[in-house]
Amino acid sequence: MSDEAKKSDKATLRIWRGNAEGGEFKEYEVGTYPGMVVLDAIHDVQAEHAPDLAVRWNCKAGRCGSCSAEINGKPRLLCMTRMSHFEPGQPITVTPMKTFPIVKDLVTDVSHNFRVAKRIPPFKPRPRDADGHWRMQQIDIDRIQEFRKCIECFLCQDVCHVLRDHDKHDSFAGPRFMIHLATLDMHPLDTVDRRPMMKEELGIGYCNITRCCTEVCPEHITITDNGIIPLKERVADDFFDPVRWLMRKISPPANKKSLPVLPDPIKATTKTKKKQDAEA
Amino acid sequence: MANKAVHLPVLSGPGQTLRKDAWWVGPAVTFTILTSFIVYATFRAFENAHFSYGEYLSPFYSPLVETKTMGIPFLTPAMLILPFPAGFRFTCYYYRKAYYRSFAMSPPACAVGGIRQGQYNGERKLMIFQNLHRFALYAALLFLVFLWHDFYKGLWFGGHLGVRGGTVMLFLNCTFLSLYTFSCHSFRHLVGGGLDSYSTAPLGQLRHKVWSWVSRININHMAFAWISLFGVALTDLYIRALSTGAITDIRLF
Repeated sequence: MSDEAKKSDKATLRIWRGNAEGGEFKEYEVGTYPGMVVLDAIHDVQAEHAPDLAVRWNCKAGRCGSCSAEINGKPRLLCMTRMSHFEPGQPITVTPMKTFPIVKDLVTDVSHNFRVAKRIPPFKPRPRDADGHWRMQQIDIDRIQEFRKCIECFLCQDVCHVLRDHDKHDSFAGPRFMIHLATLDMHPLDTVDRRPMMKEELGIGYCNITRCCTEVCPEHITITDNGIIPLKERVADDFFDPVRWLMRKISPPANKKSLPVLPDPIKATTKTKKKQDAEA
Repeated sequence: MANKAVHLPVLSGPGQTLRKDAWWVGPAVTFTILTSFIVYATFRAFENAHFSYGEYLSPFYSPLVETKTMGIPFLTPAMLILPFPAGFRFTCYYYRKAYYRSFAMSPPACAVGGIRQGQYNGERKLMIFQNLHRFALYAALLFLVFLWHDFYKGLWFGGHLGVRGGTVMLFLNCTFLSLYTFSCHSFRHLVGGGLDSYSTAPLGQLRHKVWSWVSRININHMAFAWISLFGVALTDLYIRALSTGAITDIRLF
């Protein structure tokens, strides 16, 4: 099939162009062909109209989670959204993720997520069995394997209204890290009690179960029902259920122990800066 | 056509979005249905009449508590009953999504601006009681016993065993309420979700099986929430219609 035959139909893309200081939408017309995805169209715009258009992408197969953006207002992966999904003749609006600071055009600064990840104490298994092995059964880890499908596209973080509308970046970890915490808290070998941290510093109470994170997840992880709600119930066990609280006081769990919570790097930096300013 | 500048839209603020679909339909339908149910249930709670017919008892008035002797004006048996199922539904992990979106508009839909931006506390302050959903579950489990007992009584109409329209209504109501209750997220946690190691916990294998079963029906918790809500209202309406003489009960066998 020749290039001309392949690109028999046209589509209009309204793409956000700008940086942290401001920007505007610009429209570009590209040819379409069967199987084309929005990332292909963006690449055609780069090739034919705007070589300086910034877009982050890598695998083009829905595995790396790099090309997250908002298409017609919905958080999606550019590489997994087919052009045929949209009504012909209607412009397709492509914007960067709203929750994160814009770097340029469709590229946002998602480093906040990596700072949150650093705040969560890592997996710390119990000592090995006498023969030098750790043992666990498949039924013990079935649940958490679902969470390991996460590709860290941060679309769930983008759509979460706690971060998106209310800007609680410092006090709420967000859905991606709630399922990371669920992975750790449900792990049969782990020994760290992160529940006080979940309640206070990572702000699980901010989640009001509106399930948008689950709706946008390209890996179809049931983030809310299988991750966040079980964590909320576990936090309720420890902090809101007087019966369970009493049981814990009488008979503390044998295989869990608290570790000191790591300082929030954002708050720590701010404090250091304030101290330095005061000294100056 | 290239490089045509388009006006920059406002993306923050209530209802602001670039979505092109009818995102408002879901919250609007939810708002209408829940408001209608609340109005109807409030009317029935104050009506204090036509809640029984023969052996049938409306789910709004079950278990029937005598309130006339309490000496409190306007107090009806339903007012003592309804706070428990209402508490179960209000703190339910599905209904929270439904009314946070449709009533609180926090947010009204995904990627649509919500209200009170920047003044949000989630379930940490005013709504912190949502963490007590399990206690509402315990009450709901007890109410299931009363409602299944009402169904059993409904089988014996006039001292004879039989199945009538009302019996079927009571059966369906109990069935869907049971499915709604047993698919509850707190119940899922209670039966086994709270365990980390099924293979080593006491009764771990059994609890894993029960948890797996509850997890399967938990997927449809939303459907059971709606069907059981309609079921309660329709069962009450049927018994009220029988009691007022608007319809006659159908005898099936």
